[in-house]
Amino acid sequence: MRLAFSIALRFLKSGKGQTILIALGISVGVAVQIFIGSLIQGLQISLINTTIGSSSHITITSENDSKTIKNWERTMYESAISSPNITYISPSIDGPASINYDNESASVLIRGFLLEDGDKIYKFKDNLYEGRFPAKTGEAMIGKDLAIKSNTRVDDDISLITTSGRVYRIKITGLFDLGVSSVNDSWIVTDLETAGDILSIDGISSVEMQVDEVFAADSIAKDVQYTVSGEDLKVDNWKDLNASLLSGLNGQSVSSYMIQVFVLVSVLLGISSVLAISVVQRSKQIGILKAMGIKDKDASLIFVFQGLMLGVLGAILGVGLGIGLLKMFTTFALNPDGKPVVPIYLNGGFVGLSGLFAVLTSSIASLIPARITSRLNPIEVIKNG
Amino acid sequence: MGNIVELKNINKIFGEKIQTQVLFDINIAFEENTFNSIIGESGSGKSTMLNIMGTLDKPTSGEVYIGGKRTDTLNKEDLAVLRNQIIGFIFQFHYLLPEFTAKENVLMPYRIKNYKVPKEIDQWADELLNFVGLSKVANNKATNMSGGQQQRAAIARALINKPRIILADEPTGNLDSETTENVYSILRNINADFNTTFIIITHDQRIAEKTDRIVEVKDGKINLDVRKAEKY
Repeated sequence: MRLAFSIALRFLKSGKGQTILIALGISVGVAVQIFIGSLIQGLQISLINTTIGSSSHITITSENDSKTIKNWERTMYESAISSPNITYISPSIDGPASINYDNESASVLIRGFLLEDGDKIYKFKDNLYEGRFPAKTGEAMIGKDLAIKSNTRVDDDISLITTSGRVYRIKITGLFDLGVSSVNDSWIVTDLETAGDILSIDGISSVEMQVDEVFAADSIAKDVQYTVSGEDLKVDNWKDLNASLLSGLNGQSVSSYMIQVFVLVSVLLGISSVLAISVVQRSKQIGILKAMGIKDKDASLIFVFQGLMLGVLGAILGVGLGIGLLKMFTTFALNPDGKPVVPIYLNGGFVGLSGLFAVLTSSIASLIPARITSRLNPIEVIKNG
Repeated sequence: MGNIVELKNINKIFGEKIQTQVLFDINIAFEENTFNSIIGESGSGKSTMLNIMGTLDKPTSGEVYIGGKRTDTLNKEDLAVLRNQIIGFIFQFHYLLPEFTAKENVLMPYRIKNYKVPKEIDQWADELLNFVGLSKVANNKATNMSGGQQQRAAIARALINKPRIILADEPTGNLDSETTENVYSILRNINADFNTTFIIITHDQRIAEKTDRIVEVKDGKINLDVRKAEKY
């Protein structure tokens, strides 16, 4: 075993040019895999962040006549214990209203939360560009577009007209920009009590949740559905509501896997063909070693070790090259605002796995030459000089 | 003296569709501690006979005994051990491993048996290299040695495991006459010093005449078998 290893090492060292070439071949495969994988993962994460990162993944609503959940504290509690994957949970009171400005009116959506909980889902604080978070009842924040359109500034009061015709004055303490125009244009975010007061709702409209595994939202929603006890409760999840987005994301994942599989296959074929050639090149040496009494198993191991060492070398080079490529990409491929065109998501586990795959692939590739070696009869070599 | 190598009724046929028989009912035995030569024209079957004795090739029919033990029925693994420990080979084309130095090549058969080289074996390798006059080039890669040096390294390699038999197929076939003389005197000394049995294929009549026994192979049969009186 150790002899096979040391012979393999010597063979690789003595054919330096060839060794470097093979290792480079493997490393390019690994680098491409890391680069494309990270790019697509980055794309997907940024896409998920912008589309569903700041929204409810699972929403419980009521199907009764008033469309309200009366015993909502219990529903909140039951939802929270239904699955360990639920990260944030907040009650919400929603309802339409309109505001008047300059002779015009705009319809708005009043959204009342337990503000600290709601913020965890919607990240208002992170996106508050002016003013402060509402601190007491009667205070609210509005989106950027609505603020510009209605010429509203921080500390201004606005009048909300509800569907029943009531007028309610509310003080604007902050302006946010969530980057989604429908939200920026219409949301008025306040606390539960204020929203309940404005909309005359007894109870809440919905319970909203975020989960850690966004793609498992449907199965987590089932757990929630199973656990909550109130009647007429309906549990929705983002996957059911965004089928086209989901199929887009899935398509991206599948194409990424396909690319990676083909890269792997080409690395596999490349290495096994080169190793097969190197057996032919070394068949004389193998014949001599066999004549001197090396066992078939050890002779085969020489090539398995060669594959393994080339794989390790290629993986190390490839990881370096891949990370270098990613760094270059994030340094040079920039948007006008200085941010990378695609935010790269470097996942240590994925990089490690890519390297490991290369080592595994090279070892598998070496099985073919190992088999040829095992069959090689020393007499063939000795007879043919 | 007992027989170290014995061939009984050996036939060898090459090819499957077109069959060529190269050895016909060979019966021959070589005694321990003797220095033998096999001569014959090319194509006579002498190399095939040597390869069968060395377990590198299998006879189509017949029995092969080495040290009294039948070998033609052994499996590949047992044959590998036998080749490693009982037999030393010297080929016409020296066949050193070009990736290794002279000393590493000499030590290779030992390392196949036992990866770790103890001090006494290391010294033994040095002694052998000294014996064949290669102390100065011990750390040269095989590719940085002359043909004669490589052949002498191959001889040292054949001796490292102190085999009971050395099979040599034209060991001086591509060497000049001076080097040839040199190599033969080395082989002779080994035979005297280590009691190793030698079976050597040679084209060189003068060399053959210096051996204890000359076996001539012709058309796959033993045509002549001459022993020198003093040795037998």
